[in-house]
Amino acid sequence: MAQIDQLDPELGASLREKYAIVGVGETEYVRGSGTTTRAMAVRAVRNAMADAGLEPGQVDGMLSYSGMDSTLSTFVSSDLGIRLNFYMDVLGGGSSTEALIGIAMGVIEAGMCETVAIFRSMNGHSQTRVGGTGARAVAPVVSEFLHQRSYGWQSPGQLFAPSFLRHMYDYGTTPEQVAHVKVAHSHHASNNPKALYNNRVTVDDVVGSRMICKPLHLLDCCVETDNATAIIVTSAARAKDCRQVPALIRGVVGRVSKPRADLHYETGPISTVAGHYAAPRLWRNADVGPEDIDVTGSYDAFTFTTMLQLEDYGFCKKGEGGDYVSNGTIFLGGKRPNNTSGGHLCEGYTHGVSMVVENVRQLRHEADDSCPIGPDGKRQHTYDYSEGGCRQVKDAELSANLGWATPGTGSALVMRRGA
Amino acid sequence: MSKLTNETIVADYLGMTLQVDSLDNENQAYFAHCAAHNFHLQKCDDCGLIRYPVGTACAWCASGNFTWTPVEGKGAVHSYTEVAHAIQPAFKPYVPYMVLVVDLDTQKGAPTEHEALRVFGNLVTPDGVLAPPEAVASVGIGSRVRMVFTDITDGLAMPQWTIDEDAEQPGSPWRYPE
Repeated sequence: MAQIDQLDPELGASLREKYAIVGVGETEYVRGSGTTTRAMAVRAVRNAMADAGLEPGQVDGMLSYSGMDSTLSTFVSSDLGIRLNFYMDVLGGGSSTEALIGIAMGVIEAGMCETVAIFRSMNGHSQTRVGGTGARAVAPVVSEFLHQRSYGWQSPGQLFAPSFLRHMYDYGTTPEQVAHVKVAHSHHASNNPKALYNNRVTVDDVVGSRMICKPLHLLDCCVETDNATAIIVTSAARAKDCRQVPALIRGVVGRVSKPRADLHYETGPISTVAGHYAAPRLWRNADVGPEDIDVTGSYDAFTFTTMLQLEDYGFCKKGEGGDYVSNGTIFLGGKRPNNTSGGHLCEGYTHGVSMVVENVRQLRHEADDSCPIGPDGKRQHTYDYSEGGCRQVKDAELSANLGWATPGTGSALVMRRGA
Repeated sequence: MSKLTNETIVADYLGMTLQVDSLDNENQAYFAHCAAHNFHLQKCDDCGLIRYPVGTACAWCASGNFTWTPVEGKGAVHSYTEVAHAIQPAFKPYVPYMVLVVDLDTQKGAPTEHEALRVFGNLVTPDGVLAPPEAVASVGIGSRVRMVFTDITDGLAMPQWTIDEDAEQPGSPWRYPE
């Protein structure tokens, strides 16, 4: 039997563009939801169903992910009058979004159900702090975590930082270069009325903000948010009967790990992340390359995560990520904007779903910015990206989402604008 | 066979409850060696490779047969972070504190070029207390360190890193630019 790493170029085509995202929905991005993860999830899924034009009898699958900090599909489906032919609630954080989209395709392909709603609901500010303060800081330290948390090495920023610093050491990447990720996303957020933080910031603002853990300043870190997000996946055939232009799924991979997923630092180079292993399979499945992509959604738990993934998925040469994120490419109006919603750094932290939501809207050519709505009910995009203006990427046809869990684990998704 | 007579170890360290479960034979053995200030890791009986962190089977050949083997606690800093904003409240008086990812000299570059036994720990004083700011400011990628231990309770000590005073240090270890 051939080794799995020897990719068969012929495989990966069978489901290409056979499935689509037909509905997206979310709740407000707030710090202080004043409600439960169940109530938020119900609203997000209801919004996604309305977006797609689907009724309760037309959704029969449900998937969710959480870190034991959220509600369950059984509660959410009951509140929506949905009887399920398939559901699972899985353990997972960032990079689960893309992988669950793949799972949804698989279970529909297997005949287990027809249409799957995927949600993530989190009181990431009000209840379980994603940054690890509060309840997570006082939980007993047991088994594998005795080798990490005991050292005051617990929050995602603390745990990832050695990869980030080593990239600076290996390639001469500078804090100022990477700060451009926050600058770009803040510009995008200023054109997103939903964004929690919609003020534009400068490189000096980022590197001048207080240090959290080297190399991460406060403004290199995402914003803990209360929010629920939802996505609806169905077959391309069923998508034709939905309200929106479908976002056809060309290829998906995830969750892909580096060697030694138990502690990825044991196998270097530690400045290389899971995207390095995911990329060949992603581009084979999608049958396009990074050069074809119009808009990216590279996960921005931190400024560095965006940069590392863009590099390891091949949007630039290895080691040149600092230049790529600071030369204008990732800004609206640049060659390939990243996280046009403002992402986790500015719009709000959702464990990844919102970045897929944003790219679905980009492919529909319906980014929900402040541009006027015309007589046909469609937004009349101006492509003027100045503050408070447009955030639609002109003629967006192909998008790539790059999901991040840790330096050692990631997922990715390529979508194309359908007819 | 693993012994089945362990007792669950529960102890407080800097406001955290550390717990080594009675059924967790591998971590019981690992921390017992640390408590004796005698660092041991699991060496595969079949392929001969040493592994870190503690695990049930060999990361390279999947063999479940291993022998606890003494390993020299010396190496060089591969990367690090320096925490200014502590998450655990009891770490706050010690900021900035350093978490080090250290390449052991033992088995460095094996079985492949980019692999090493990378052992985590804080930068501490020789007696195992989180290091003062002037020590933190002197350490970076390439710094030579040696293992010491922070004693927690019977059967539990944490392996830590301190500056290796006897080693030749790099002229200026790489540090985050100030």
